[in-house]
Order: sequence, then structure tokens, then C-alpha cells
Amino acid sequence: MTHSISYWQTFSNVLSRDLKVAVRNKGDVLNPLVFFIIVITLFPLAIGSDSQILTRIAPGIIWVAALLSALLSLERLFKNDYADGSLEQMLLSPQPLFIMVLAKVLAHWILTGVPIILIAPLLAVLLHLEEMAYSALIITLLLGTPVLSLIGAIGVALTVGIKKGGVLLSLLVLPLYIPVLIFATGAIEAAALGMPYAGHLAIIAALLVGALTLTPFAIGAALRVSTN
Amino acid sequence: MNNTLLSANALTCIREDRILFDQLSFDVLPGELIQVEGPNGAGKTSLLRILAGLSRPYDGQVEFNQVSIERERDAYYENLLYIGHLAGVKGELTAQENLAFNLQLHGEQCDDIEQALATVKLTGFEDALASHLSAGQSRRIALARLWQSDAKIWILDEPFTAIDKAGVIELENLFIKHVDSGGAIIFTSHQDMTIGSDRLKRITLDYHFD
Repeated sequence: MTHSISYWQTFSNVLSRDLKVAVRNKGDVLNPLVFFIIVITLFPLAIGSDSQILTRIAPGIIWVAALLSALLSLERLFKNDYADGSLEQMLLSPQPLFIMVLAKVLAHWILTGVPIILIAPLLAVLLHLEEMAYSALIITLLLGTPVLSLIGAIGVALTVGIKKGGVLLSLLVLPLYIPVLIFATGAIEAAALGMPYAGHLAIIAALLVGALTLTPFAIGAALRVSTN
Repeated sequence: MNNTLLSANALTCIREDRILFDQLSFDVLPGELIQVEGPNGAGKTSLLRILAGLSRPYDGQVEFNQVSIERERDAYYENLLYIGHLAGVKGELTAQENLAFNLQLHGEQCDDIEQALATVKLTGFEDALASHLSAGQSRRIALARLWQSDAKIWILDEPFTAIDKAGVIELENLFIKHVDSGGAIIFTSHQDMTIGSDRLKRITLDYHFD
């Protein structure tokens, strides 16, 4: 008779495995972060040090860079597992797929989202972000980057079987990223003007809750289709 | 009482506009050792993937305990051990980590991973990264699960690939032990087996040209 293990144990097994694999593949962890830093540092150089212009466009730059760096790192989520057969083994596990999927996405966010959140305030200084807007920046990134990972995972799951799925992935995922982008930058701009931005945050939080509850099932279903 | 473990009902598989098999039906009973035979491209792997529920047949269905496997995946997967072409061994993890994870993933308990690796002759390689091991050794990491598994049905796609002669004989002995204790094995292999043909049930797939 097979011994069942708890959902939590499955979740932590998958999470710790993914983190371990990523730590041993250092380039994978650093790439998205380095990309994020490079893009943001190039803007002041290209536009010039006119602080007014930079202040005006800072929220947009930071969020666009975060979004693109998330997009860059997405492929890693399932590609390697697909290539070496461990994805098949996960699909054949008696444990519920959405738990494993959620653990993998969380690992992805810890490796790509968290470093960006940590470094963003530092880079915001480069862009002369309004002082009042820092807390809004952090909160929108905290709420928004997990949404990017969750929604992006659906796209990767759908394209994992395709050899060159990169462009298709962007086409699938970017339109779904737009609401996060609009409300996040809206919140930061509102905060910079000293206006209330709780409404924007509420919408991003709603997106997060929606994504957290619904996407794992979509990702699981997409993975089953892709491995067919 | 009907004690069929797994039954294939009128399976049809079409790949690239070619019919691989049409209306294929068979039952898998406890104690059966089934070898799927056929030339390259005949659809052996496709058949095994359909039986494991990884692929959907064009038509027909697979039943575990008389219930379609798509309806009760969990119950089926608790009793299934599938090892495909790709062994599911991660190069970035050590032999021990790979085996421990794969066992946990399928809810199989194992208190002594080192002992489990010793049964597949990997003593001394517990902490070696799987990517540093030879093809046969990393295949053995995946196969080590066979010795620890309580799953009734084993579906193995080319289990002997890259395994040395002594290893093949050990595997064959394990197969006999598993089917004698009421399990069933469906596998493909191009290698000659020492298992007598009286023990083997064969399913032969032909290459269709139409």
C-alpha cells in the first residue's frame, strides 16, 4: 500500500528541490536580476540627468523592467523539467498537481521576484523617484510580481513542448500582464502626487488573489495538454 | 470476480496522420509480464504513454479497476510506476537527492536511501551530482525506485537502456519477483531476455504504411 504524505510536505519537497536546483545553476538566478539592473541604469545615461523627466518616468521604467525580466526568466520554470522527464514524473504523482505547480511558481518568484523587490528601491534613487512613492513602489512590486509569475506560468506550461516557444510565450502572456502594469504604475504615480492609492493596490491585490486561486489549475491542465 | 488490473479498450492512436494502432484491446492481469514488441516507430512508446495517462488516445480508453483512468487519476497513480525514455533524474541534484525526491513525489517511504542506492550498485556515488555520472548510472538512480515501490503496475519504456549485463539480469529477477507477488509489468525492450517465453506475454505492434 502506498503511504500518503501531506499536501504541505509535497509542497515543501518541490519548493526545496527547485531552490536547490536553482542555487546550483547560479547564472539562472542572476540573469533576470542583472537584466533588471542593466535596463534601469541605462535610462539615466540615455535620457540625461534631468531629474524632472526621470522622476516623471521612473515608475514606468521600473515596472516595465520588472515585467520584462520576469518574462525572460519564465522559460526556466518548466523547460528543464520537461527536458529531463521530471515533469512527466510530477504529472504521474498521486499528489494533487496544483500543489506542486504552486510550489514551483513560488520557487520561481523567490528566485526572480524577491531579488527585484529588494534592489528596486536602490535603483529608484538613480531615477529620482519621488520620496513619497517608495512605499507604493515596494507594495506594488510585492503584490504584482507574484501575479507575473503565476500568469506567466500558464504561458510556459502551454508552450513547454514547443522548441522555440519564446515569441509565442510573449504574445500569450504580455496582454495578461497589462492590467498589473497599469495599476501598479498608476499607484506609484498617485503616491508621488500625494494622492491616495489604496484603490489601485486593492485591484492588484484582487488580481493576486484571483491568480493564486485559479491559475494553478490552469497551469496543471496546460501541462497535461503540453505533454500529450 | 474480475481481477483485471488494467484494461485497454479499443485504443486508437494517430500520429502525424499515420495510424499507429487501431482498436487495440487487451487486459493486464496480476502476475502478467507483458513485453510490447515492434519495429522503431511502431508506436510502442505511444502505447505506454497512453496506458500511463500521459497521452490521450485518439479513441478508446484505459481503465484501472474498471474505472477510466482519467476519472480517478489519484487512485491509479498510487498504483503506477512509470519510467519513460527520460528518466526524470535532475543533473543538478545528487544521486541521493534525486532518489529521495522521486520517492517522496510518489508517496513511497524509504528510510535508508543509501541502502536503496546500494541495491543498484551506486555505493560511493550518493553525493555525486547526477550530471557527473555515466548514462547507465543515472539510469540506475531512476530504476532504484523499482526496488522500493509498492505500486502494482509498472510501465517501463526501455528499462534496460545503458544498463550492463549483470544489471539486466538483476532487473529481470526483480521483474519475476514483482509479478509473482501479484504485480504486473508492461515494458518495451529490444534486448534479448533471459526470462523464458512462457512467462512473457507479447503484444506485437506492426508498422503501418497507410
